[in-house]
Amino acid sequence: MKTTRLLSGNEAIARGAHEAGVRVAAGYPGTPSTEILENIIQYPGVYAEWSPNEKVALEVALGAAYGGARALATMKHVGLNVASDPLLTASYTGVNAGLVIVNADDPGMHSSQNEQDNRHYARLAKVPMLEPADSQEAKDFTIRAFALSEEFDTPVLLRTTTRVNHGKSVVCPGERAEAPPRRFERNLQKYVMVPANAMRRHAVVEERLARLRELADATDLNRVERGDRPLGVITAGASYQYVKEVLPEAWVLKLGLIYPLPEALIREFAARVETLYVVEELDPFLEEQVRALGIPVLGKERFPRLGELNPGLVAAGFAGPRRETAVPPPATDVPARPPVLCPGCPHRGFYQALRKLRAIVTGDIGCYSLGALSPLETMDTCVCMGASVGNAIGIRRAQPPDDKRPVVAVIGDSTFVHSGITGLVDAVYNNTPVTVCILDNRTTAMTGGQDHPASGRTLAGAEAPRLDMAGLARAVGVEDVLEVDPYDQEAAERALRYAVQTGKPSVVITNRPCVLIDRSAHRPALAVDLERCTACGLCFRLGCPAIEAVRGEDGKVKASIHSELCTGCDVCAQVCRFDAIAGEGA
Amino acid sequence: MSERVTNIRLVGVGGQGILVASEVLCDVLMASGHDVKKSEVHGMAQRGGTVNSDVRFGPKVFSPLITQGEVDLLLAFEEMEAVRSLPALRPGGTVIVNEQRILPVAVASGKVAYPEDIAERLRRRAGTVVAIDALAAALEAGSSRSVNVCLLGVLSRFLSVADAAWESVIRKRLRERGLEANLKAFAIGRAAAGPR
Repeated sequence: MKTTRLLSGNEAIARGAHEAGVRVAAGYPGTPSTEILENIIQYPGVYAEWSPNEKVALEVALGAAYGGARALATMKHVGLNVASDPLLTASYTGVNAGLVIVNADDPGMHSSQNEQDNRHYARLAKVPMLEPADSQEAKDFTIRAFALSEEFDTPVLLRTTTRVNHGKSVVCPGERAEAPPRRFERNLQKYVMVPANAMRRHAVVEERLARLRELADATDLNRVERGDRPLGVITAGASYQYVKEVLPEAWVLKLGLIYPLPEALIREFAARVETLYVVEELDPFLEEQVRALGIPVLGKERFPRLGELNPGLVAAGFAGPRRETAVPPPATDVPARPPVLCPGCPHRGFYQALRKLRAIVTGDIGCYSLGALSPLETMDTCVCMGASVGNAIGIRRAQPPDDKRPVVAVIGDSTFVHSGITGLVDAVYNNTPVTVCILDNRTTAMTGGQDHPASGRTLAGAEAPRLDMAGLARAVGVEDVLEVDPYDQEAAERALRYAVQTGKPSVVITNRPCVLIDRSAHRPALAVDLERCTACGLCFRLGCPAIEAVRGEDGKVKASIHSELCTGCDVCAQVCRFDAIAGEGA
Repeated sequence: MSERVTNIRLVGVGGQGILVASEVLCDVLMASGHDVKKSEVHGMAQRGGTVNSDVRFGPKVFSPLITQGEVDLLLAFEEMEAVRSLPALRPGGTVIVNEQRILPVAVASGKVAYPEDIAERLRRRAGTVVAIDALAAALEAGSSRSVNVCLLGVLSRFLSVADAAWESVIRKRLRERGLEANLKAFAIGRAAAGPR
């Protein structure tokens, strides 16, 4: 009997990389890609690292490929924006040993700031892109991608979407096969991309793309599944599963290599059927290329561009033209349950102190983005990793003289290391008086608690030097660097009020770890003295899940603290003006 | 169990052990010879948000997502989340609901009311409703963390899977998570559902 296992797409990619003999893997955490590296590190024979950001991760993996090791880089879709600089020129240099870049798109934005369609990157970089439809393919395609990378001397993009990354299906594991040994060979014309060399390499890229087009027509990565109705569907990835679910009788051209496309195969397939559909999430990436071949096709007039597909939307698309918008109305009238900062989260104390300043607050990507939601509502912008610092500088420079509001950037520790440092250098260099607050909770919390250069540990769990962010801020020229305890409301407010009036760039760093990583720091739960509670409601404005409303005997809505949830952070006790909140027995 | 695909949705609140429960369920179904797919979204699970996990099994499963209105078995870890997922349930389908309330912040702070007509709404849509206080059962079994396994015990009555498969998967998967309490919680849940 074959041993099969139920694996997520991410576990399967890690397994595939292992079986393909990967020796170096690098990435930056980002939903839905994070678990790939967390799984790879479990296998022997591989060096794997959390890099400070995706650009470094890809450069490390590319260097490893130059150096003769099969290498993997992993990131979410917006991470590839950061890594796009090395990607576009890596296409010119080629690789030596295989280089596979896993790009995880997030249609529907389950945990992302946009839903860009990264299939366009394959076309932009002129590199092949594979897209698996389930975990078995995630494993198999990873192995195939390494082989393709070496055969065509090109980086290969493996594109996934949330449903494939985080969906689980049956996988048949195989054995690891060590890749053929290679080493770095000096080759200036190939690896040194100065204009004269790059001009010659561009020709190599175009010639390679032509060969890849031929491969697309011949490879078994693309397959035709016979149907018994004169209706054909071109599809790939998760969309393929929805098509098979709702229209099992259709002819299907299932693409595994989604760039470049198999032109002859598409023409042949189109000729076989009376009606041709393209079913794909987000942009009409396949559809426009099919139309460019002069083939009439039904696509985005039937299936939404917004959000992710599901069997219902696909069935509706086959049934007729689309009427409604893609964003479904709320299913029921029950109260929403949005994500919230955890009880005892140090960000809550920080925001409570910050909101008293009535500052313009530029935000960033992480758990602290939740500070923009009710009831904290203490964040005014959120764009991309590291944007808070540059945004703050810009807003400060745009402020009319009568706008005296301080401008404060809020950024997490991992995000600061990822891409906040250069913004801070700008603030100092051009002397823009903004306050950069680094909310240092010693982990990459939103993605589940990954280590980073300022956390003191590596992906492998080894101790590492902890990047001294205060020292770094001083080194780039910030004179006022203040460290504060976000649970201490008076101290935090005092530090912030000082920092925003220096007339120079300043830095405030909080010092409490994420409550999820250090449970030993939790203190006994607090309790409300209902006789003292005046039902003023101030503590509810903290948005702490541990604080619940109770209707008192006098009919007033007073506060009560859920002892199982409370971590004893004490912020609500400091906020209470009536001394109604204190430790048990206090 | 017919040859068609069976659709199970687990719903609840981050931190209730929903993803672990769906892992156990999938292992049991695999061990019983089914093709299995599951789909869920990570990232917000620890932030007090709604958590869903779709599990589908049968001779051959394509979509990892369940079509709206085709959930056969809804396993709700929290009352309000059961109601939220009702439109996904096949009319006449089965709902297993944990009689536990976890208040979203807007409810906890008194801004919005927690729905009071839950049992009635469930009955209106479902053919069968099994309600159990799984937290009390878990505490009786020895650990509040066994709520998820207690609910699997209830679910087990609605699936034609051998008892031994459940026990061996629980023993393997939950070795380090208080095995005795979990086995006991499973038994309590299974007994509570009654023979079928």
